[in-house]
Amino acid sequence: MTAHDPSPHHLQLTRDGQLRHFLTLDGLDRDLLTDILDTADSFIEVGERTIKKVPLLRGRTVVNLFFESSTRTRSTFELAAKRLSADVLNLDISTSATSKGESLSDTLLNLEAMASDMFVVRHSQSGAPHFIAESVTPGVAIINAGDGRHAHPTQAMLDMLTIRQHKQRFDGLKVAIVGDVLHSRVARSQIRALNVLGAEEVRVIAPGTLLPKDVESLGCKVEYDMEKGMKDLDVVIMLRLQKERMEGALLPSEREFYRLYGLNREKLALAHPECIVMHPGPINRGVEIESAVADGPQSVILNQVTNGIAIRMAVMSMAMGGQVAERQQKAERAKA
Amino acid sequence: MTAQLDINQLLDELETGLRRILEERNVTEPAVIGIRTGGVWLADVLSKRLGIDQAFGELDISFYRDDFSRIGLNPRVKPSSLPFDTEGRDIILIDDVIMSGRTIRAAMNEIFDYGRPASIILATLIDLGARELPIQPDVTGRVLALASHQRVKLRGPDPLRIELQETGQ
Repeated sequence: MTAHDPSPHHLQLTRDGQLRHFLTLDGLDRDLLTDILDTADSFIEVGERTIKKVPLLRGRTVVNLFFESSTRTRSTFELAAKRLSADVLNLDISTSATSKGESLSDTLLNLEAMASDMFVVRHSQSGAPHFIAESVTPGVAIINAGDGRHAHPTQAMLDMLTIRQHKQRFDGLKVAIVGDVLHSRVARSQIRALNVLGAEEVRVIAPGTLLPKDVESLGCKVEYDMEKGMKDLDVVIMLRLQKERMEGALLPSEREFYRLYGLNREKLALAHPECIVMHPGPINRGVEIESAVADGPQSVILNQVTNGIAIRMAVMSMAMGGQVAERQQKAERAKA
Repeated sequence: MTAQLDINQLLDELETGLRRILEERNVTEPAVIGIRTGGVWLADVLSKRLGIDQAFGELDISFYRDDFSRIGLNPRVKPSSLPFDTEGRDIILIDDVIMSGRTIRAAMNEIFDYGRPASIILATLIDLGARELPIQPDVTGRVLALASHQRVKLRGPDPLRIELQETGQ
């Protein structure tokens, strides 16, 4: 699964630049990311109605294909699909067919035979959604719901939506991502999105052991001292310490990590007074963030969850729209 | 080459017609909804002309269009905004041009997702005929029969004007 085409934008976009899969933010330009945010804004309004449903994906079948467990991401994808009027099938593959020895390709063929229109894929291996997008029947859209350490593009986009809601812009913003960048697919997608959307400065704040080797090449500055790094920040994004992925001696101890890189009131006071606090969840209270901060007035953590539904509605309807428009164009070309 | 229709004359027609219907139906507190983009401009103007204090609503029907399965999603969708409760309300729905009737069907579907209105009165500035659905405006500013090479477009919001375009085929 490593030797695939490294230019994913050809796979993600139709000939006329519409989204047809959503696998990574790589290769997507500022206009398209802005379109996604604008479309999501309209879906936020739908979420405030008595009847929180629009008929866009009526009669279509969305399969949530989770090879790795997740509560928030899976449930917001499910709700997003249902609010678009799609039929939703949730498959927790880690406890299903593959454990009976069925290969990924065979599982997919079976699901395609059920006339699925979209797969939302989470996988522990980087590149799995990409691999599926390359081999799936034309007309079926693939959405990446997190793959290995590679990308989690809908999470990054819902974070961007949250930032835009509170700051109304990206120009001139100073944003820090704090904590376990090494294991974070979210961080990679966030750094990419912030750079494309024109944030002034992206900092990563972490101990050297929790940073990937080439981290600056992603488009960010590195700061090892959190107190220095908090200065003038407009947005601070805390990452979850992925305890289950810690091997060897990456960390001295949780308590030590909290002392140096945990976000408490004292450290937050060093940022801009209107700095917002974000966290993709699930939060480890007292490990990377103090409860008083997580629940405090500058926290927008629960807005992120609400925005997650709207972003996923936007991406799903845009990708499905790209697929149907493409099919239509092909049919017209065949006629001509 | 472009020609112009007198917008004020058409607005007068709409205003008179709407006043008559509101009186006939004994509607005293209507709420106005305009369909983006032209219908919103007209909703603004007609609310003022009719002396309706209730802020008007704006509808973006992109999520309700019946051609999603052919052309996908409109990339320039904006949030709808209805600053009032539609449940039990008498609604005046306004659009600039009616043709197939599909936009109005989509708009009515969307309105019902906000609540069940008591009634909907449909007002359109220009009726081009060519209906594909059994939907007719209650009031219209002008019925126009266009030749196949002609197009009509409302420009605005300030000033509002109607542009008749010859496409030159």
